Amino acid sequence: MEGDARYRREPIGTHPRLDSPAYASTAKRAPRHAPVRIGQSLSEITGPRPCESVAPGEADLTRWDGGAAMGERIIVAGCVLDEDGRGVPRTLIEIWQANAAGRYRHDNDRHDAPLDPHFSGVGRIMSEANGAYRFMTIKPGAYPWGNHHNAWRPQHIHLSVFGPAFATRLITQMYFPGDPLLALDPIFNSVPDAAARDRLVAAFDIELTEPGRALGYRFDIVLRGRAATPAVN
Amino acid sequence: MAPPRLTPVQTVGPFFGPALVRRELEQMVVAETRGTRITITGQICDGDGADVPDAMIEVWQANAEGRYDHPEDHQEKLLDPNFHGFGRFGTDANGRFRIVTIEPGAAPGPRTTLQAPHLNLSIFARGLLNRVVTRIYFPGVPLNETDEALNAVPADRRATLIATRDPAGALDSYRFDIFLQGARETVFFDI
Repeated sequence: MEGDARYRREPIGTHPRLDSPAYASTAKRAPRHAPVRIGQSLSEITGPRPCESVAPGEADLTRWDGGAAMGERIIVAGCVLDEDGRGVPRTLIEIWQANAAGRYRHDNDRHDAPLDPHFSGVGRIMSEANGAYRFMTIKPGAYPWGNHHNAWRPQHIHLSVFGPAFATRLITQMYFPGDPLLALDPIFNSVPDAAARDRLVAAFDIELTEPGRALGYRFDIVLRGRAATPAVN
Repeated sequence: MAPPRLTPVQTVGPFFGPALVRRELEQMVVAETRGTRITITGQICDGDGADVPDAMIEVWQANAEGRYDHPEDHQEKLLDPNFHGFGRFGTDANGRFRIVTIEPGAAPGPRTTLQAPHLNLSIFARGLLNRVVTRIYFPGVPLNETDEALNAVPADRRATLIATRDPAGALDSYRFDIFLQGARETVFFDI
């Protein structure tokens, strides 16, 4: 066996079931067969480390194309950690989101809300040596979608994180505390375990808040940790 | 303090393109990369056989020697400074993708056996609440017979994991279609 690192399997109820009928798009896209469980080999315990140079400005989404974006400035910051609380250093975090009016800069977004000429909704950063990251952005707006009658997505920011291995790859969405749409959202509620769902909601943090400038929200991203002993397949 | 708990995943949604799909991430090989160039084209289809035009595939693979560019890979094999093993591809308006890379070498398996050469794939899309993970193997490779992951798959579904030579293409041109659902549903792995 090459390397003894192994990553823990997720607790039941933490991740959504792929076939979640309340989210209509799963009907034709969620596989019907259960995935085939395999042991973790070098293929899974190694993983991509995109090493593109990320410019410092890419973590600030509030200025784009020569001007200031509209909306409420916020700071989204936290740590990328593993399940043992260890920081995940130098890993790429990519985010994307709607603007303050609830509109994405994307050809397929037909929502009748204005684009903001100074907001791209796209950001990147590499985590620090201790896993810390910090974005300055605009609080995204809620927006309607076609899933069911009067369906609205709660305010959210999409996040993509690699972590140390192919096994730790994670794409998720961060939500905001107190959003009344959370209770109605089939994507948020696709996570079976209520405590796990709550971990998708950022915490308002006055310590992160910059006086006179931006409210702070804390959101830690926790990736799979290493198994205490190499798992038997 | 209690250790932190795992963050749940959520769908990538329909609007990831401008953030995630970048030309430079599609380029896995440069002129100096060692190994046999291969092209893998394919299409992602849903349960109705309809194209999935808003999916993203991430590739992770070993280099031509069978070594991964990663500190956990302690094999003595050569690293190739011109190959890092990662690529990211959005599907086009017809659900198609095209991966240009090199033929990977054989890397060790979970125990002592060598794995058959393969590409590891993560597939993300609107309607997929989590990524699905699969592998692309190559036809006519003797190691396929003993590969642990392939052998974990029921025999009648194994073919979904093996690329076919593209009859319309050159010698090193392969076809690998991905069916999210349906009679030909691709095998996905729980890793």
